Amino acid sequence: MQARSRDYRIRAREILSGAPEVRDAVTRATRTFDTHRVGAFEQIDAERWRAWAEAVKSHLLMNLDDYLVEAEARLQENGAVVHWAERSSDVHEILGRIVEAEGVERVVKGKSMLSEELGVNDFLESGNVRVSETDLGEYVIQLLGEPPSHIVGPAIHRSVDDIRRLFHEELGTSLDADPDTLASAARDALRADFLAADMGITGGNFLVAETGTLALIENEGNIRISTSAPRIHVALVGIEKLLPRLSDLAGFLQLTSRAATGQPVGNFVSLIHGPRRGDEVDGPEQVHVILVDNGRTELLADEHAWEALRCVRCGACLNICPVFRQTGGHPYGWAYSGPIGSVLAPGLLGLEASDPLPFASSLCGACSEVCPVRIPIHELLLTWRERMVRNGSAGPFEKTAMRAFRALSARPGLFARAGRALGVVPDGLARRLPVLGAWSAVRAPLRPSPKSFRALWREGIE
Amino acid sequence: MRVGASTGPLARLPAGRHLGAMRAALFVTCLGDQFFAEACADAVRLLRHLGVEVDFPEAQSCCGQPAYNSGHAAEAERMARRTVEVFRESDYVVVPSGSCAGMLRSGYPRILEDEGEGPAALAKKTFELSEFIVDVLGVRDLGRGLEGRTVAYHHGCHALRELGVRDQPVTLLREAGAEVVVWEAAEECCGFGGLFSVKQPEVSVAMADRKLDTLPAVDCVTSADGGCLMQLAGRAENRAIGGPFRHLAHLLWEATGAGA
Repeated sequence: MQARSRDYRIRAREILSGAPEVRDAVTRATRTFDTHRVGAFEQIDAERWRAWAEAVKSHLLMNLDDYLVEAEARLQENGAVVHWAERSSDVHEILGRIVEAEGVERVVKGKSMLSEELGVNDFLESGNVRVSETDLGEYVIQLLGEPPSHIVGPAIHRSVDDIRRLFHEELGTSLDADPDTLASAARDALRADFLAADMGITGGNFLVAETGTLALIENEGNIRISTSAPRIHVALVGIEKLLPRLSDLAGFLQLTSRAATGQPVGNFVSLIHGPRRGDEVDGPEQVHVILVDNGRTELLADEHAWEALRCVRCGACLNICPVFRQTGGHPYGWAYSGPIGSVLAPGLLGLEASDPLPFASSLCGACSEVCPVRIPIHELLLTWRERMVRNGSAGPFEKTAMRAFRALSARPGLFARAGRALGVVPDGLARRLPVLGAWSAVRAPLRPSPKSFRALWREGIE
Repeated sequence: MRVGASTGPLARLPAGRHLGAMRAALFVTCLGDQFFAEACADAVRLLRHLGVEVDFPEAQSCCGQPAYNSGHAAEAERMARRTVEVFRESDYVVVPSGSCAGMLRSGYPRILEDEGEGPAALAKKTFELSEFIVDVLGVRDLGRGLEGRTVAYHHGCHALRELGVRDQPVTLLREAGAEVVVWEAAEECCGFGGLFSVKQPEVSVAMADRKLDTLPAVDCVTSADGGCLMQLAGRAENRAIGGPFRHLAHLLWEATGAGA
């Protein structure tokens, strides 16, 4: 997937001015998600769960090499084929080989952000494989030709009315169909795809090293069918998605569900241990697990930024984020949006490709407070900002201004006079200056106090 | 009222001092000095009214947060070191801003890791104004000067999440007779975020609009943070709605009724 993160501001502006209904839809949906999370966290000793989950994931990451080898061995014992992919091109090659060897023509997919990151759909379609997204939200955005706007709710930027119009055109439902009717229409359309598919592709929420168990959480049952009806199942799993022991899984399934949607656990949890065995009536003939690096080991080696890899992709930080709520995920220009996207992007895409995402935050810190694995997201944003500035991200004006500001602050007398000077810049000029111009274009001009506090203090405060 | 020995904060006072000699340095911050000078003067009046001897070390300038938050670590470090020096001798540092207090308390120990005891000592004695009044002075009842007023309180993010200041300002306002109204977006970010406000102005004001569009009709909107108030007031004026917006220090001084 070609990241378009550099255009963040332009695309955010386009949405805010050109499609204001997106802001309403995203705000409504994320606030609902977050309200449910709050309720679900209140039912448990959330701080203890979070501390535990942080410790397990940190331990996993610190010993990832061993756990990966263990997972591979268990998967192979279970009859799965394990592939290692360093880059997205490796994933494409592996998929291409399976498609060719097995004569795959039709693929059904469960929702997978990793597949977005890797550009799997475009690759398969370029080889004339027909790909059907089967998650309802993913199905909607596939029909619209849009990327997902949210890690958990890919179509949250769309209103029910948008979907009514879309399904009316694509599926022939009436323009006033209720949501249940719309879902049924999608289900009917997808049933044919499930039955015709040669291959199901999913991601993986967790992969247990101890047992080789692949765990998938969902609400619609589409992943259950995608992993059992087609004769081949391919799971794309980021290497950070491992868990050490099977006994860790119950806690992570619940904590992730609670953080994501406020459910005690998702409606369906699939635990996959390999292909159909001799005595089983259904299930795929082949299970392939592709372990994907795509920049993760490099990020893991970064002692100031690795913590982002604890992420379980629950989307809680997107839901609480006041910046994300204004636009949804599209301006971030990449598979992972919102606060977590902005700390993963520099690590996985590089500093230049991900600028200005770490700056697209007011640093309110709400993200770090809700993260179920306690990633210090807003502190990581600062880490990346510093590196981007060192790498030349700040323009010459900003650099000079910061140096001048620092120099002035060492001379309180001058500092005070410079502050006063702000107050006498005429409004017309202020609009044309950097910083002041950006302020005044959308707000009333700054109005300094008639006298500074310093002056009041010297005169004597009664 | 004056703080009496019965109000219970004695245990927190530095050794060898009695209440009458309680001293605090005011850190007015850049925005306080330039844009909320009268509010900071009210903070001085309020603290004196409560029996605190207020000092204003004139060598103070900026805490360095604008540089720190925008990735200019070297500049921030020097400003932080300077601020630690300026307040080295102070018993307490009172800040009429949750954001700058947060920088001293959480930011400095992070960026001045190798600077010895100074940053940690400063962090320990630094308080946002309402926090200082409630948690250090042990005062909740300032007077009834806000009787009958309806107030919306905006929780600045750093006061709320870095300092854990949530109840203190609201308690002081309520005890003074104000009705602090329910505001659905009270704890959401206003979109100021320092340089964020000028680097991403469109998203920044969309965030302010969310606050303003959910704001109930009130006599005034207040906050412990000048930056947030500038953002909200600047946007409200641009849209010709809402307000007035007044710094918490003003209201707390009015609460005493002493200035009337």
